[in-house]
Order: sequence, then structure tokens, then C-alpha cells
Amino acid sequence: MKRMTRDQMAARVARDIPEGAYVNLGIGLPTMVANHLPRDREIFLHSENGLLGMGPAPAPGEEDEDLINAGKQPVTLLKGGAYFHHADSFAMMRGGHLDICVLGAFQVSAAGDLANWHTGAPDAIPAVGGAMDLALGAKQVYVMMEHLTKSGESKVVAQCSYPLTAIGCVSRIYTDLAVLDVTPNGLAVREILSDLSFEELQKLTGVPLSRAA
Amino acid sequence: MINKVIPSLEEAVADVHDGATVMIGGFGNAGMPSALIDALIAQGARDLTIVNNNAGNGETGLAALLKAKRVRKIICSFPRQADSHVFDALYRAGEIELELTPQGNLAERIRAAGAGIGGFFTPTGYGTLLAEGKETRLINGRHYVLESPIHADFALIKALRGDRWGNLVYRKTARNFGPIMAMAAKCAIAQVSEVVELGELDPEAIVTPGIFVKRIVKQEAA
Repeated sequence: MKRMTRDQMAARVARDIPEGAYVNLGIGLPTMVANHLPRDREIFLHSENGLLGMGPAPAPGEEDEDLINAGKQPVTLLKGGAYFHHADSFAMMRGGHLDICVLGAFQVSAAGDLANWHTGAPDAIPAVGGAMDLALGAKQVYVMMEHLTKSGESKVVAQCSYPLTAIGCVSRIYTDLAVLDVTPNGLAVREILSDLSFEELQKLTGVPLSRAA
Repeated sequence: MINKVIPSLEEAVADVHDGATVMIGGFGNAGMPSALIDALIAQGARDLTIVNNNAGNGETGLAALLKAKRVRKIICSFPRQADSHVFDALYRAGEIELELTPQGNLAERIRAAGAGIGGFFTPTGYGTLLAEGKETRLINGRHYVLESPIHADFALIKALRGDRWGNLVYRKTARNFGPIMAMAAKCAIAQVSEVVELGELDPEAIVTPGIFVKRIVKQEAA
């Protein structure tokens, strides 16, 4: 079975981000999308710690401890970019002003429920950050994750077993095997990114799939 | 003549009392008012409730305050990090109370306190562990959770420049929680890199107007 690499997944997501979109890329796998955004499109990257128009990582030696992203890594600001305080920054999300948010996930349900903040393990120290705001704060919420866990179980599930981040918030799922749209009638396969047939993909996936119209 | 500039860090935090709620600005180390935190550690107030996005990194700043066992409770969104070992150990030993709140709720709860809002309904957290036991309401077909404001006795924040009326400008993403914490505390104390004369800050570009700030202190002050 062919699977997309993490870079290929990031490139696939990047292809779907249009000119002029206001976008927040979550920590981890989604951050890699920034490296693949088409250079001929102007896309506004938002980081919840208070910047819009985020640029790439600075050259070595050019880092500024006062200019970081939500993952606390040094970044740069593009010409035209802006700084603002935390309540304004979250108003951009919570007020529905962002077009697209790309998030990682442990599990997504067929109804678009998202679990990405807590494994629920009894000894885990819980930390939520902006996950619950991001999940609700964009017109489109895209999830990027491997299709299967390391032990081969589907991360696309009928019901999330991990604690929820938000209910019914996900619009599209990009895995290393397929692109799935969350629709009122369940999950529709938009594209298969592997050498699998629809039937083979269905067999690996925890919930019924339909073919995209 | 109004002069909010305090000559020393020590005097700036002298009246922080045991049991106080203290907001501390910063997102990780960006915007963390380390000079004021060090002064607070030296001052000795204990049993504090701290409001910050995180729960300390490494051994300095907020982590040092935690390590000195001055903090009873922390309200934050993201305590667990690669270098949050001071908090992790206290939490696992049951020596610190954690109120975990989504980051947007944290910011809005602080802003609400500063703006005199008694509470607000937000969709964030609905149907999750972090909304358990909270009042909910269905508004125009969407589910919301009632969240309450977070008030504080003191806010310790870091800004780039300030004047003797307490007007502030910040630097890059070190701004983060500073402006809203200044609004939400009875007494906001700002450590600044530079104290400037009245009129030197462009009134079109002042981020925190002086009404929200009680004290300014230079970060290298004695």
C-alpha cells in the first residue's frame, strides 16, 4: 500500500488553499503546509499568539525572541503583517473571520467531531492551548492526520474514544491515503491518494464511506 | 505632577499580598516580565493565584516562582511543555491546583473582567470536559457555554516603552496578554525597556492607554 509522506500530505493540503485566504496552521504536521504554499498566491497566515502575515523561519542568527509563532518557534513577519493582543487574536478565530484552519488530530468521527487535545490517560497533564477555539473558529476546518494508528486502527471513527475538542467542527480530512469530506450524509471520498481501490480504502476505514458526487 | 514611574523593581511589587491573584503576561518567554517576577520572588508573597498562558518554562521567570513554592493555584491554557518540569512535578505531587481553560476563553475572560462584563456565552468548549458543570444555552441554533471573567489584584506585564502617565507600546508578539491583563487587574505594573517623555509615544500608536496602568518600572532598575 502506497502512503503519502508527511511532506506530500502538506503539499496536498497547500494546493487547496486559495489566494487571499486567512489561514491558521496548527502545531505539528499542519505547520509543514506553510512550506508548500504556492508562491504565486498571497495567503495570510495567522498565529494565535498575535500576528497576521506570518513569514518563514528567520535565517540562522536572525532569530528574535519577541517574534515567535504559536509553537514558540522563531518566525518572521511579512511586509503588511500586523501584531495584536491575545483577545483580538482569538476574536479573529472565535468571530469566524478566518477562512481555513488546519489541525492535527488523534481521531475524527463521521459526524466531524474532533479529538486532538488529550489522550484521556489518567496520568496525563491536560493542556488545551488554542485547540478548542481553533476547532470552531474558521469557516473551514481541515484535519491532517495519518489514516491509521501505528497498530493499524482507523483514526476515522464512528465515535471518538478520546476526549472531544469540539463537536461537528471538521469539514475535510486529509490523510496519507485519502481526502474525505464531512457531509450531512457522512464521509465522502474526494480523492484517493494511494494505490488503493475504493473498496480497499473502505475496508481500512472505521466508518462507511461514499463516493463524492 | 502625575508620575507612575517607580524607581525600583522592589518598590514596584512591595504591596503584593499573600493570597493575591496575579496575572503575568507572556506567551512562553515572549513578553514574560522576568524582572518583575524576580522582584516578586524576592518580596516573598505566597499562596498566590497566577494567571498566565503557560505554567513556566525551564527554571527562570514563572518557573522560578513556582519552584519557590509561592503559587497555590494556576489558571492557564497550556501547562504541559517540553520544559515545564517544575510545574509537572508540583502538579503530580498535588502541590498546585490547575484551572485549565481554552486559550481563547482565557483571553476573553481576562478581557471581560477589564471591560466590566459579568460573563459571556461562547461556543468554545461546548460538549467537552472543560465545559462540564457549566451553564449552557442554545442561541440561534448554536450551543454556547457561560464563562466568567477573571479579575486580578495585580498584573505584571512587559512592554517596550512607557511614559510617566502609564501609556505603553509593546514589541512584536511579546504584546500577547499584556494589554488585556493591564485592563483586568486593580493594579497593573509594567516593566519597560525604556521610559520616554510625555508626547514621545505617537498617540495614534499607543496600545495601552495609561488609564489601565498604575506603575511603570525600568526593567534594569535596581
